[in-house]
Amino acid sequence: MPNAILLPALSPTMSEGRLTKWLKKEGDKISSGDAIAEVETDKSNLEIEASDSGVLLKIVVPGGATAPIGGVIGWIGKAGEAIPDAPPPAAAAPAAAPAPAPVKAAPAAAVPPPPPKKAAPAPVAADRLRASPLAKKIAETQGLDLSSVPGSGPNGRIVKRDVEEALAAPKASGKSAGRTIIRSAPGVRQPPDSLPISNMRKVIAQRLGEVKPGVPHFYLTIDVEMDQALKLREEAKSQDMKVSVNDIIVKATAIAVRRFPRINQIFAGDHIEQLHTVDVGVAVAIEDGLITPLIRDADQKGLAEIGEEVRELAERAKKKALKPEEYTGGSITVSNLGMFGIDSFIAVINPPHSAILAVGKVEPKVVVRDNQMVIRQMMSITLSGDHRVIDGAVGAQYLQELRGLLEHPLRLVL
Amino acid sequence: MAELAYRDALNQALAEEMARDPRVFLMGEEVARYDGAYKVSKGLLEKFGSARVVDAPISELGFGGLGVGAAMAGLRPVIEMMTWNFAILAMDQIVNSAAKLRHMSGGQLRCPIVFRGPNGAGGRLSSQHSQALEANYAHFPGLKVIAPCTPADAKGLLKSAIRDDNPVIFMEAELLYGVKGEVPEGEYTIPIGKADVKREGSDVTIITWSRMLTAHVLPAAQQLAEAGINAEVIDLRTIKPMDEEAIAASVKKTNRVVIVEEGWGYAGFGGHVADFISRELFDDLDAPVIRVHGLDVNMSYASNHEPLIQPSVGRIIEAVNKVLYR
Repeated sequence: MPNAILLPALSPTMSEGRLTKWLKKEGDKISSGDAIAEVETDKSNLEIEASDSGVLLKIVVPGGATAPIGGVIGWIGKAGEAIPDAPPPAAAAPAAAPAPAPVKAAPAAAVPPPPPKKAAPAPVAADRLRASPLAKKIAETQGLDLSSVPGSGPNGRIVKRDVEEALAAPKASGKSAGRTIIRSAPGVRQPPDSLPISNMRKVIAQRLGEVKPGVPHFYLTIDVEMDQALKLREEAKSQDMKVSVNDIIVKATAIAVRRFPRINQIFAGDHIEQLHTVDVGVAVAIEDGLITPLIRDADQKGLAEIGEEVRELAERAKKKALKPEEYTGGSITVSNLGMFGIDSFIAVINPPHSAILAVGKVEPKVVVRDNQMVIRQMMSITLSGDHRVIDGAVGAQYLQELRGLLEHPLRLVL
Repeated sequence: MAELAYRDALNQALAEEMARDPRVFLMGEEVARYDGAYKVSKGLLEKFGSARVVDAPISELGFGGLGVGAAMAGLRPVIEMMTWNFAILAMDQIVNSAAKLRHMSGGQLRCPIVFRGPNGAGGRLSSQHSQALEANYAHFPGLKVIAPCTPADAKGLLKSAIRDDNPVIFMEAELLYGVKGEVPEGEYTIPIGKADVKREGSDVTIITWSRMLTAHVLPAAQQLAEAGINAEVIDLRTIKPMDEEAIAASVKKTNRVVIVEEGWGYAGFGGHVADFISRELFDDLDAPVIRVHGLDVNMSYASNHEPLIQPSVGRIIEAVNKVLYR
């Protein structure tokens, strides 16, 4: 009789583990104590050791997939032995294949919930899907497949809050289907990919969410020398082109995102969305409020085009004539209060974005270059980041890239 | 509204019902000349005379049976047990006679009697005198069981108990007798079998009765509120019949339940509440029902042990955190 290999609890806080890779192939001989697979827990990557000797008859949970504690991940036995008639474990999340991640089905518009469907044929093996009665009822009435919902309760139990998060997630990250008025839609816009959340990210998101409920912000400030950017603006003027400092910042923001795609991610509850398009939100103050129209594909547009578009959108924003698709999407916003004489400030992220840049005024300041005091046109940028999806180091590298672009604007066109 | 101590609210209920109905009389140890061991019957002997306020010998089974006979013969006795610990001696009359007479006589006999007295722990009374025994009586068909916590509820429910045509077990608490609370002026009764929401909330339902309400549950709810958790507190007031509607309405709202009782957990009344919830409200639950109850040991005489054996604010908060998955 073959023995099931069960996913052990490798840390006291883990409820499931992602099997990063198998160290043995089906058919390999195994001695008790051999390392057979590597598992990512909420803390680190650890190896699973075989508790039986024999031949690895079958791998049930492939590398890259997750399994609940106690779930059957494979079978050990004598060569040729039949494996008990056990289908794959129920709670194994859909394989987060290491290679190109499967594109998550385009989140449908929020309206009418799909008709209730029976959970995917994922019969129960050693472990079963655990959910509270209330969570099951809500899932059934909302047509939600619980097998894809991570449970946060004891033993990985799916509870009401997990179902609510899963139901809210596609809406929060849903890009509206409609296209915008962009005149130069450059090529095909690739839809976002859905990436699994690593256990470490999950713990970071959960713990920081406890300290700072909602979107846990962190802040990074950098000073940028704007002399070259101002020169570019003057040159454009001499060519009868209208380019503002803000247009240059929007363009630089977009190019930096393109070069540093780690910033172009959105926290979407049970997964992270990796965007492949660069759409930059621009905060526009309007009577009694604020709105952030988007410059779509800003990385692919010229400065003049961006400038024209910003002014056109801002004008319609002031008349409250923007369509929802003109201010929905993207992962980053630029908020510039320089024209109001603000030196520097800290902005609140515009959800579901993962970052916002707070831009202050450009003004001459005495700075030290080569041990000499010199006067430079300085500007401060403060990035607020969503710590659930990006970390300080990622934000810092992004800001370095952005500063490089602004200080050497020639790079914007290269 | 006047502020009255629990014992004085009970005293008013007795006096009002005795004035209202000449068939009502009070009997028990020390109830007449000594005004009652806990002064609940203060002044009643003077007001109603020795035919209606009767000192009984130390013989619970004897005067319990006397009361049952009087009830069968058409009177409406109120039998005071000095504590429910002593009423164990009268169990045969309560359980085998009072609870069953209507049934055994094919409806020819009635037994409109109230057995009342303090239930639960007092303080350094050790194991024989500290028992919360409501679950025992709730077990028997034919008995109604009431365990109010506030003076207003005590008065309104004792009046309803005296007017009820069936035997009623009325459980007070030694540590509640001196507790004061607002009591409505004038004539009023509170129906048997109706719970009362003592605190509205949306995050978790805490179900309790008798002294636990003011001693631990409401203080715990207050602390939870400071932590942003909104607990709804249901005071059952009547153990049997239980107000299932009130429980259902609250559980449908909060999806989580903690039951707090002074008595032991093993076969305690909270188990019956949990049974009802899991049976009828299964789909509304987001977490298992958790009970907080007295530890499964005999009550210690040592004062430092007593609070450890009984439910506490800390244990209630711990249970609430559990059902909230915090």
